[in-house]
Amino acid sequence: MTDFSPSSTPPASVQTSLLTLSDRTKKRNANERRFKAYGIAAISVGLLMLLVLVVTIFGRGTGAFQQTFVTLDVALLESKLDKTGARNIEDIKRVSTFGYAPLVKGAMSAAIEEHGVSTSLKSKQLAGLLSKSAVAQLRAYVLANPQQIGETVEFRFLAQSRVDGYLKGRVSRDSIENDKNISVAQLDVVDALVAAGVIEKSFNLDFILGGDASDQRPEAAGMGVSMLGSFFMMLVVLALALPIGVAASIYLEEFAPKNWITDIIEVNIANLAAVPSIVYGILGLAVFINYMHLPMSAPLVGGLVLTLMTLPTIIISTRAALKAVPPSIRDAALGVGASKMQSVFHHVLPLAAPGILTGTIIGLAQALGETAPLLLIGMVGFIASNAPETLGEGLLSPNSAMPAQIYEWAKRADPAFYERAWGGIIILLLFLVTMNTVAVVLRRRFERRW
Amino acid sequence: MSFVKLTASALTIAAATATAATARDQVQVAGSSTVLPYASIVAEAFGENFDFPTPVVESGGSSAGLKRFCEGVGENTIDIANASRRIKEKEIKACAEAGVTDIIEVRIGYDGIVFASDINGNAFEFTPTDWFLALSDEIMVDGKMVANPNKTWADVNPAFPAQPIQAFIPGTKHGTREVFEDKVILAGCEATGAFEHILAGATGDSAKAQKKAAEKACISLRTDGVSVDIDGDYTETLARIESNANGIGVFGLAFYENNTDKLQVATMSGVVPTTESIATGEYPVSRPLFFYVKKAHIGVIPGLKEYAEFFVADEVAGPDGPLSEYGLVADPELSQTQEAVADEATMGGNS
Repeated sequence: MTDFSPSSTPPASVQTSLLTLSDRTKKRNANERRFKAYGIAAISVGLLMLLVLVVTIFGRGTGAFQQTFVTLDVALLESKLDKTGARNIEDIKRVSTFGYAPLVKGAMSAAIEEHGVSTSLKSKQLAGLLSKSAVAQLRAYVLANPQQIGETVEFRFLAQSRVDGYLKGRVSRDSIENDKNISVAQLDVVDALVAAGVIEKSFNLDFILGGDASDQRPEAAGMGVSMLGSFFMMLVVLALALPIGVAASIYLEEFAPKNWITDIIEVNIANLAAVPSIVYGILGLAVFINYMHLPMSAPLVGGLVLTLMTLPTIIISTRAALKAVPPSIRDAALGVGASKMQSVFHHVLPLAAPGILTGTIIGLAQALGETAPLLLIGMVGFIASNAPETLGEGLLSPNSAMPAQIYEWAKRADPAFYERAWGGIIILLLFLVTMNTVAVVLRRRFERRW
Repeated sequence: MSFVKLTASALTIAAATATAATARDQVQVAGSSTVLPYASIVAEAFGENFDFPTPVVESGGSSAGLKRFCEGVGENTIDIANASRRIKEKEIKACAEAGVTDIIEVRIGYDGIVFASDINGNAFEFTPTDWFLALSDEIMVDGKMVANPNKTWADVNPAFPAQPIQAFIPGTKHGTREVFEDKVILAGCEATGAFEHILAGATGDSAKAQKKAAEKACISLRTDGVSVDIDGDYTETLARIESNANGIGVFGLAFYENNTDKLQVATMSGVVPTTESIATGEYPVSRPLFFYVKKAHIGVIPGLKEYAEFFVADEVAGPDGPLSEYGLVADPELSQTQEAVADEATMGGNS
């Protein structure tokens, strides 16, 4: 409108040349340059945000992958563990984890003596340098190897979270002034034991493979079990949402008559995709737990809820993929005598498969990062289950999910859990990035353009 | 074709697992976020020492937990509700209506509520009166109730620095809020004489109703943004204080003890909160912690009674146990609680 005004007659003596730019062209070019600059600025802001996010996450989270360990020789005293000497597993089981505390204390004192560390601390405070999980580790070992009672065995225990924080620089002598969990004298012993090589910081596989731990032992908490919870949920989502979603979209796209009923269905599918995920959680609680009596906190229920949530996404992307297959393919198939079903399953579906898979993977990635619907079906909380052994157990025994675990850690009092929450985010991000990369690669590799 | 097969197999798996889902074999707990750390410590040790699976402990606040507890009897309801306050008459009634009649009340110990602020900020020595004057909706000035005019702590008490009042207190779904209202605000209300003033003007059919109305008027807090309700956990309160150095937050003692590098604790009526001063009763703002067990579930859910007994065992909840190490003030009457749990004594004494 501004560039061209029909009312004014063109000036008679305008010299135009391709080499000299008129004012109007200059203005248009300037507009274009400015728009490009805006675009670049927008992308830079986006990238900067991403950079800040990634730097923050990795800066705070990488610490969680390392943990401080204490290597000790523990004498498995028969007098404490098996008074009868009969090595009867039932008798040995009767000694609770509290009964193992003296062994840990003894081992710690022995190590102090062996390395010539002078300290006025009592054995209880020395043993306080170790994680509370040490006794549980010891008991599990003894129950698995009762024949070794009476021997001295080398163990690698986790150090208490404050000691770990001290080696990671999170805890300093100044910051523990009012802390009753650790004292400066204990840190002196830590320094001496680090010099002696008893205490060392190394990569902690248990953070990736282990289960959750209580508030008293953040050092022992891991993502592994919740990762399995997420895995089993994704299995349910994949097994239910993919076939149902694909079948629904094939019918709607290829077979259903176009009338007001299918229009309503279409609008509603789009609506469902926009429903807040917590609504699906409420629905899951009402239908799957209260009405169908499925177990609480089970990944099966979580998977069912996430299936409901993912279905619209999969249906929409599948329909888009089916629509992208040109009608000439269908016509050709029908022309050589294929039935409608044959044309769909032999020709259209294989050509749409990359698009369907991409949509499914993106839907799964979305479901993987979802916490809100799990809140109401009991999957957010302290769920320190052991790794499930069978498929049925994995689906039914209580478990958490990765994002729920992160949320749970971020709520806890000990700052060590905060570090683990960030570490958990790194693991979750790696999963999401991998899934999305697979989706992009699949699309690039197999998608056909007409 | 593969999709057809996949669908068929998926449906069979779902059907098979659904039919297998008959019995729940883990104890299911929900409720107070204050009790959650203790419950998780016990649950973890329980899973390690017994052949039962580790109980599942969810949080969400005392009221939310008790509400779920009172939903009914059956495997799809929780077995235990953690609470940082005693169950209310109203809740017992709601429970009974849903068929939850025999409830075992278990007191696990005491917990202190502390007032803490940024470690680099000013130190405070509070009394309940200070808090009432700082946060109440209306305070008494010259014998009349007026809208709270106090803006800084110096307005409240000349001994305090002129720091703007900014308090982060637990939201109403937390049991901690009730203790804060009862032991701090109401105490301050009575100490300033405002309570009597309100009581004199209170309307009600009976003396009891008047007293209730006066108490309610006392604990109504100002809504001009000076006092902020925190519905989340203490970590949220801590985050608010970290971003606002003037803020003073309400925490559980155990939470403060885990974050002594970021928080400094204020004294209340001249007493520093520690497990010792709470145990002796010197520190005034403390409350008992409970959990409630559905008797109908004992014998149905494996490990339920064992879990309850283990929770209050001397080696767990006693003065040298892991709970008191974490910050719980051990109950001097623990042995009675142990007996009551062993006998499955229900509330109302009809055991």
